[in-house]
Order: sequence, then C-alpha cells, then structure tokens
Amino acid sequence: MYYHKILVIGGGLAGLRAAIESAPKVDTAIISQVHPVRSHSGAAQGGVNASLANNPAAKDDTWEKHAFDTVKGSDYLADQDAVEFMTKEAGPCIYEIEHWGCPFSRTDEGKIAQRPFGGAGYPRTCFAADKTGMYMLHTLWERSVKLNVPLYEDRIMVDLVVEGDAVRGVICLNMKTGELEQFMAEAVIIASGGSGQIYGRSTNALISTGSAQSTCYRRGVPLKDMEFVQFHPTSLFGTNILMTEGARGEGGYLVNNLGERFMSKYAAKAMELAPRDIVSRSIQTEINDGRGINGQDFVHLDLRHLGREKILERLPGIRDLAINFVDVDPIEKPVPIQPGQHYTMGGIDTDISGATKFKGLYAAGECGCVSVHGANRLGGNSLLDTVVFGKKSGQVAAEYVLGKKTTKEGEGAMNKCLRETKARIDGMLSRKGTENHSDIRAEMKETMIKKVGIFRDKPLMEEALANVRALKARFANITVQNKGKGYNLDLIRALELEGMLDVAEAIAVGALKREESRGAHSRLDFKERDDVKFLQHTIATYSPKGPVITYSSVKVTKYKPEARRY
Amino acid sequence: MAEGDLTLKVQRFDPTADKLPYWQSFTVKPRPGMTVLDALFEVLNHQDGTLSFRFCCRAGVCGSCAMVIGGKVRLACETQVAQFVGKGDLMLSPLPHQPVVKDLAVDYTHFFDRLKKVKPYLVGKEPYPEKEYIQSTKERQPINDPIDCILCGSCTSSCTMAWTNSDYLGPAALLKSYRFLADTRDSVPDERLDIIEGESGVWRCHTQFNCVEVCPKKLNPTEAIQKMKIKAFKRKLFGRRGTKK
Repeated sequence: MYYHKILVIGGGLAGLRAAIESAPKVDTAIISQVHPVRSHSGAAQGGVNASLANNPAAKDDTWEKHAFDTVKGSDYLADQDAVEFMTKEAGPCIYEIEHWGCPFSRTDEGKIAQRPFGGAGYPRTCFAADKTGMYMLHTLWERSVKLNVPLYEDRIMVDLVVEGDAVRGVICLNMKTGELEQFMAEAVIIASGGSGQIYGRSTNALISTGSAQSTCYRRGVPLKDMEFVQFHPTSLFGTNILMTEGARGEGGYLVNNLGERFMSKYAAKAMELAPRDIVSRSIQTEINDGRGINGQDFVHLDLRHLGREKILERLPGIRDLAINFVDVDPIEKPVPIQPGQHYTMGGIDTDISGATKFKGLYAAGECGCVSVHGANRLGGNSLLDTVVFGKKSGQVAAEYVLGKKTTKEGEGAMNKCLRETKARIDGMLSRKGTENHSDIRAEMKETMIKKVGIFRDKPLMEEALANVRALKARFANITVQNKGKGYNLDLIRALELEGMLDVAEAIAVGALKREESRGAHSRLDFKERDDVKFLQHTIATYSPKGPVITYSSVKVTKYKPEARRY
Repeated sequence: MAEGDLTLKVQRFDPTADKLPYWQSFTVKPRPGMTVLDALFEVLNHQDGTLSFRFCCRAGVCGSCAMVIGGKVRLACETQVAQFVGKGDLMLSPLPHQPVVKDLAVDYTHFFDRLKKVKPYLVGKEPYPEKEYIQSTKERQPINDPIDCILCGSCTSSCTMAWTNSDYLGPAALLKSYRFLADTRDSVPDERLDIIEGESGVWRCHTQFNCVEVCPKKLNPTEAIQKMKIKAFKRKLFGRRGTKK
C-alpha cells in the first residue's frame, strides 16, 4: 500500500498547480493516467484571462470588470463571491507562472501580451501565440520537477475510498502492470479534467472521459450543474479539433454560404466576439436554416484578411492543424468549422476552496464546479480556473492535513474497497456478453450530441435519457476481449464507459428538469431564463436507480441578474 | 481485401508473455480524413481488443503517439492513411530503442530521466519582480522554436548516440537545456553549461541530424546543440564571464 499525506489525481494544470502549492509544506504525490505534459490542458490555445491592463486598449481594465463580464457570461448562474476571488487572484497567479518560466508573447514594452476574447469588455486574455495551455502545462510540470514532486503515471483511478464522512485514499489500476494498487492519504485532490468524450463532436482529448469524476459520483460525491455543457463555436469540420477563439480575437470572421458575416444578426455589437453559447447557437441556426457552406454542416472561419505575418506570429498552431487535418492553409483559404462539445461547466460540487462533502476530499479544474462559470464559461477563464483553484485547493488541503492527526486511519476501508474493485473488474473480465462496448460508446456520443446538444427540448431529451438507460442495460452484457494485464485498453475503455454512462444520465436528467434557457442550456420549449424558479444550482446525487436531483442557491453579491445583450 | 483497403502490419509484443516481437496484419477501410491513430482504434474496437498503443489529444500537441509509421518516426494522430493506400502494407512499430510496455506503447521513464538531468525549469532572477519580467519580443525570439517541443521522444529515439550511450542526454533534453540557456529571464547559465559540457553532454552529438529529420514539430535540436558547444567553448577560452555575452 502506498501512502502520501496528499494525493493529487491528475497531472494537468489544476493538479500540478495544487501539488506545487502543497508539496513544499506537506508530502504530496501526483497520480496521473498520462505523463503530465500529455494532459488535455496542453490543448488549450487562446489564452488566460487577467486584468493586467497591458494592452493599450485596456488601460482602465480592473478585476471588477473581469468579474462582471464573467458573471454576465455565466448567465448569472456563477457564484459571485467565487468569481470575485478568481478575478482578483488572476493577476498574481499569472505573474507567478511567468516567473516560473511560462513564455508568454510580449507587448512592445516587453510585458505579457493580451488579446480580445469573447464576452470580455477589454483585451485581457494573456497569450503565448496560440499554444498557451501547452506552454503553461510544460511550465508547471517543470516547476513540479524542481520541487521533486513524486509522480505515479500510467495509473487510472478506479475507486475512491471513503469511510464515514472522510476520505481515506484511492484505488488505482496500474496500466503498465495491470495490477490494482492502494494509495492511502489524509487528503485527496481530484483534478482529473472534464468528461467531454461523453459527447460526439468533442474537441476534447480522448482521455477526457471524466473517469475520476464518475468514480467520485458513484461513491456519493454530488455533481453540480452537469446540464451545462459548452459547445465551442469553432472546431474543425470532420475531426472537431479546436480552432482557438483567439482566431476571432485577432479579427477572424465567421461567414455563411451567402458570404455574410452572419453574427451581425445575432450580436450586432460584439459580432464574432460574443460569448461562446451565443456564437455556437448562431452558427447552428445558420446551418439548420440551410446556410452552411454548400448546404453542409459547417460555416467558414475566414482569417485571410489578417495577413500572412499576423497568422504566422499569432496563430501558427491552428494554421498547422488546419493544414494537417483539412488540408486548408488559412492564409489562403477559409477554414471549415462547426460547433463542437468543448467544456463541462458542471462537475464535482465544491465550495470556494475546492472542498467537497467529504472531509479531506477536494476537486479543482474542469472536473469540479465551484461555480465560477455558471451556465456558460468565457473563453480564457478555464486556464485561469485551473491555476487559481488548483492553488487554492493545494493550500487548503495542506492546511487541513497539518491541522489534523495523521493516524493513517482506514486500512480496513482501503482493503474492503480493494476487494470490491477487484470483484467489479473480475466480473467485467469474465462476462461473456454479446455487446461490443465501443459500439455502446459510439451510440452514447451520438445520442448526447444529437439530443442533449446545442438546442434542446423535452421530447428529444426524454429520448436521450431512454437511450442512455438502454445503453446502461446493454453495458451489463459486454465482453472485454482482452484478458491480459499490460496496457489493457479494452478493459480501461470499458471501465471509462461505465462511468461515462452514469454522468451522461446525470446530464440528461438535470437538463430535462431545468425548464428554462440559460447560457449553454438552450431549450426550444422554454426559451426564457426563469430566475424565479431556476436561479439555482442543480445537484445530482447518485443512486442505483438514477440521479436524485436537488437544488442549491446561487451566491449573488453585487451583480443583479439582468438581460444579457451583446 | 477490397480495393482501396489498407493492410496495417503491426509489431506486437507483450514482454510478460512473448519471447520475441512478431508482426500481425489487420485490414482497415480508409475513410476520408482517417489518421493512423483512427485506424488503430478501428482495429482495437472491431478486430482485436488486445492491441495496445498510446494516445491522448489526437491533435499533435500532447506527444503521446510517436511511433514508426512506414519506416519513419511520426505522430500517429496527424498522419493521414490515404498517402499509404496502394503502396503495400503499412508497417507500424514502436519508437526504436525504448522499452516496450506492450505493442506500440513504450515506456518513457528513461526519456524523462534524461530530461530531469538538465535542470528542466527556469531559475528566474530573484527577487521576482512585482509584475512580470520584462522581455522584449526580440529577446524572446531565440526561444520561439525550442518551446514548441512536445516531448514526444521521436528525436532521442532516433539518435544513434543516444542508443549506444544511455547516459547521453540526447537531443530532447539538450534542446530543453538550450531553451532555458537562451531565456533572458534565467539566472544560472553557468550551472547549465556545467551540465551540458560534461561527458554525457553536447560533445557526444555527432551531427547526424536524425533528430532534425524526425521532429514532428520541425524543430532543430542539432542547431541548439551546436550553439551550446560554442557557448561552452567560449567559456573555456574566456572564462566564466565570457558566457554573459
């Protein structure tokens, strides 16, 4: 049995930032499915928001203005005290990561460069070309090396050990050896990323299956606001690889088959830089009304007018992606794009410090939900969320551990959980069913994108829920062909799918019950926001029969809900 | 096999069960835009659940899926299969000279151990400024390329010097060292030069350019290594102060 005082599950930005904070004070180790530099944080492109006021057009930007934009962007579902905390901490957190080596692009004065982004009143998105996430990720991994933070890689968390109201540790599957391993701890920080792979047309990495999140859910940790799923306006047609919002921040146009910059119809002032929910709906409306290019499911992202030099300097990464994946050089031709699933605003229900219902269990980053993004996250706020709340959860977890006796309690619970996990996995391996779990996965993804997607209504979502429940039943009848130990993808993907189906169900149920339109949750049968009934967070608690839904209040400080116009 | 189909010849090896690696053929139906990674998933999902390979972002940024594809080291996720159709079997094998976990998945432990030897982190000048370090666009220019390294391991796996000497830092680690040596915010150039001019450092590079040839991000570790040789050499000639240009 391994033992560390703090375990961080996930080596992406939130996990690394948490470990960097706690490791100098308390013995901390990182457990990750992939090496940290492979994490999905590295796919973030456009940048990270902080009111540094470095751009000449942002001289009077402040954290309060950043907070207001975030709250308005969230369609007033974000907790305003948490938003204020995040936007206030943004500057110090960005300077810190710059001091550790993050190679931000520079202004003429040699300061961190900032570009305009959707839903923001000022150019406040700090960027490093269009590979900001990757550079930040490498920087934090480098920092973790400097601090000698132990790393257990190629391990997937398959169970959470809780006893009474406290966390005791986790059970992991060592992907290299195929053995189950027990990791005991005083505190556990879940930083395992989002669950975007539940959806078809996702921009997310293939490992973004939310496996640790669903594991926690099954063990009684509630999920919050799961029905709020972000669709990024511009993902490459065909592969749904991300084309950064920075492309529009730098001045890119969205154009339909008539050659119109159609955003003038939907957000006359903000145009292409309206928030993501609005731009995605606009693109989808154009496509649904037959104004996709050649009547197909895409419109054009046109960057040609930016010129070769600017594209090479500011957007080299997406240029390479467009050339490699659709054979289009944005310098010469417009890029075919469509909205794609991009981010889960919801997640493990936490308070402002990342704490959950269980003592010693924290969550940070996309797997968690504070909530700072509410019903719609602004571009550039997710990288910010990871560093601000990663740091905070590391701090709070360290204080918690230092303030308690470390008695290594819970060996009995650890062993019991190991036996249960072993039985569950052995059961899966010995099942001689007729179903191929990759088919079930494909059907789940198709169901979710088609029926709990950009536009929703009751009949569609009821179908989706029935489909997901039918898929869960079929899952009981799968075969895992690979009975081997080492790097058994067949087994790992079956385990992931089991959790994804639970989370898909929580998304569908939460969405059905929310009879209003707010942010990314857009219902054709309830077109208006309903602050009387639904200015509330959805809380989904696991039960074998399906999620039990309750609601909790939204913290409003000084920004009263008003109509959202851009 | 129907016309237009592609046969993948995959090197299989389970070190816990097999004495030697062997080749196994799978036939896939290429569709428009299909990458080698897509083809591997097609096999995993519908033909052979025992196949193992690494993957993550599927967009060429995470560095998980470097392997030998048709005789060349490439990233499976950004290599289109269409170019191989009608040209015989497509051979797929793991990165050379890395321990195999299973089939196409290699163990990167030694690769990252090499990297950790070069102080792969910025040691910023202290005290830290209240805000950011001031660094002009011109001052950042020398690191523009080396920061794009995704640590996929293609270069070090293709370097014959790294094959024959497991202590040799190799192109990826040396490029990382250069990235910090060239960063105006760093404060320990002498410590870095001490590391890279040692027995396992830059002088082991024989300028074969294998690293340059295989880099999926079109980076140039050989050039960085030669620049560091010059820095180290100047320091020997002019003393430690000579390194501060």
